Amino acid sequence: MPRTRTPAVDGWFGGEGEAFRLLGTRCSSCASVFFPREDAHCRNPHCAGGPLEEVPLSRKGRIWSYTDSRYRPPSPYVSNPELPWEPRALIAVELAAERIVVLGQAAPGITVAELAVGMEVEAVPGVLHEDAETTWTIWHWRPTGVRV
Amino acid sequence: MTVDVAVLGAGMHPWGKWGRSFVEYGTAAARAALVDAGVDWRDIGSIVGADTVRGGYPGYVAGATFAKALGWQGARVASVYAACASGAQAIAAARAQILAGLAEVVLVVGADAAPKGFFRPAGGDRPDDPDWLRFRLLGATNPAYFGLYARRRMAVHGDTAEDFAQVKVKNAAMGALNPYARYRKRVTAEEVAASAVVADPLRLLDICATSDGAAALVLSSVGFAHRHGVERPVRIRAVSTVTPRFPNAVLDLPDIATDSAVTVEPAGETFRASIASAAYEEAGIGPEDLSLAEVYDLSTALELQWYEDLGLCGEGEGAKLLREGVTAPGGRIPVNASGGLASFGEAVPAQAIAQVCELTWQLRGTAGDRQIAGARAGITANQGLFGHGSAVVAVR
Ligand SMILES: [Zn+2]
Repeated sequence: MPRTRTPAVDGWFGGEGEAFRLLGTRCSSCASVFFPREDAHCRNPHCAGGPLEEVPLSRKGRIWSYTDSRYRPPSPYVSNPELPWEPRALIAVELAAERIVVLGQAAPGITVAELAVGMEVEAVPGVLHEDAETTWTIWHWRPTGVRV
Repeated sequence: MTVDVAVLGAGMHPWGKWGRSFVEYGTAAARAALVDAGVDWRDIGSIVGADTVRGGYPGYVAGATFAKALGWQGARVASVYAACASGAQAIAAARAQILAGLAEVVLVVGADAAPKGFFRPAGGDRPDDPDWLRFRLLGATNPAYFGLYARRRMAVHGDTAEDFAQVKVKNAAMGALNPYARYRKRVTAEEVAASAVVADPLRLLDICATSDGAAALVLSSVGFAHRHGVERPVRIRAVSTVTPRFPNAVLDLPDIATDSAVTVEPAGETFRASIASAAYEEAGIGPEDLSLAEVYDLSTALELQWYEDLGLCGEGEGAKLLREGVTAPGGRIPVNASGGLASFGEAVPAQAIAQVCELTWQLRGTAGDRQIAGARAGITANQGLFGHGSAVVAVR
């Protein structure tokens, strides 16, 4: 039986292929943008608050910094202890329009050797892990121009 | 400026992996601080405990746990949690009680028995907790954030891995002289470079370990100190416990993203810099008045960041300050004369208190082989997960 594709976290991203986007919220009163999404109340202390609306974030941004995890992260990160640990690159990306920095895993196969601060990357759909019934999906950052 | 409080006593339990309970460590540190102060536990009017969350239920009620271990005597009690800033908030609570006249002499204790390996969030499925989410969704450990900051410094300021290694070399040399430190061996730059990469570009010897450990202080009003026969006590002149200002535009542990700066322009100074400036303002002194600083060197690269945030040098000049020997013993402003977390490791509720113990000994002139000659004023700097500032200014 095929696995169900389910986001590893609700409401943080959506869309397929080129339409894939991180999803935040925007305050209808002061226009502040929040990611992860803020649905309760605007966190701008200068704003009296207003309804928060879902807003897709820019697909492309530039690398603010990057690193990787050479050792297996502890739970609640899920990894198969039977398999050798493959380091994952982590990329913090500055989105110019939103003036926000968002951290994410790099797409599979991207190592720190291929990255540089200031490099352009894009948000792409990815897989966090799979269990018997479910493929848990996530966002990845991938240098633009790189195809899988 | 506020009224000073006196540091009558300072005490520690040696840091390491001892395999015992945090209660045992904290009680040993508390007894040492009481002896140092020459104050009987029965005369303590209030006890404030900095909480550990890994000691099980007693850990959440640290003040009472230490009071019971020392022997119930009816003191006022408080327990505080502010992650790595817990110790500073415990000092702040004690100081507020003294200045408000609620207590004349207060015992402050922080202790921890740390788990092996990476820190990780408490158990259970908690998707509303940013600390849980960063592990669950990204596998982003604390060293991963230190790696991000280090790489950013290399890209923006031109820091090198060799600069980072020299921070470890400096701190290990001081830690070798500190009987309370966990690591008491000098380290060479070659040894740092030969250690395994943990989170690019940082290596094992660039990143602080986790440790068991404890630290305690006896604080009092200056009047009590005088009546107690202490003419010139070390005095706490400021305790900064500020939160960030929106938008917090520097990626901070444990967050997955910064606040967006699209609507409100970020303040001129970062959160870390605001921690220090609040302390300076309250103390009525500036970085030029300092004899020494104890800063939170979770990683070697982060120590260089603190030089700039404390105003010891301009932005991007941290590595230059280190290379010129300004922050080494004998320099204009030695940093982490205790050996720092590089030599101690993290014992979360104890470390901000341990920083003040070091200032106390240095300002008294009793720091032994690692004494900074003529020390008159010092600052500690630290930062707790979830936006807890922590800095203390002490003078003599
Ligand atoms: Zn708003």
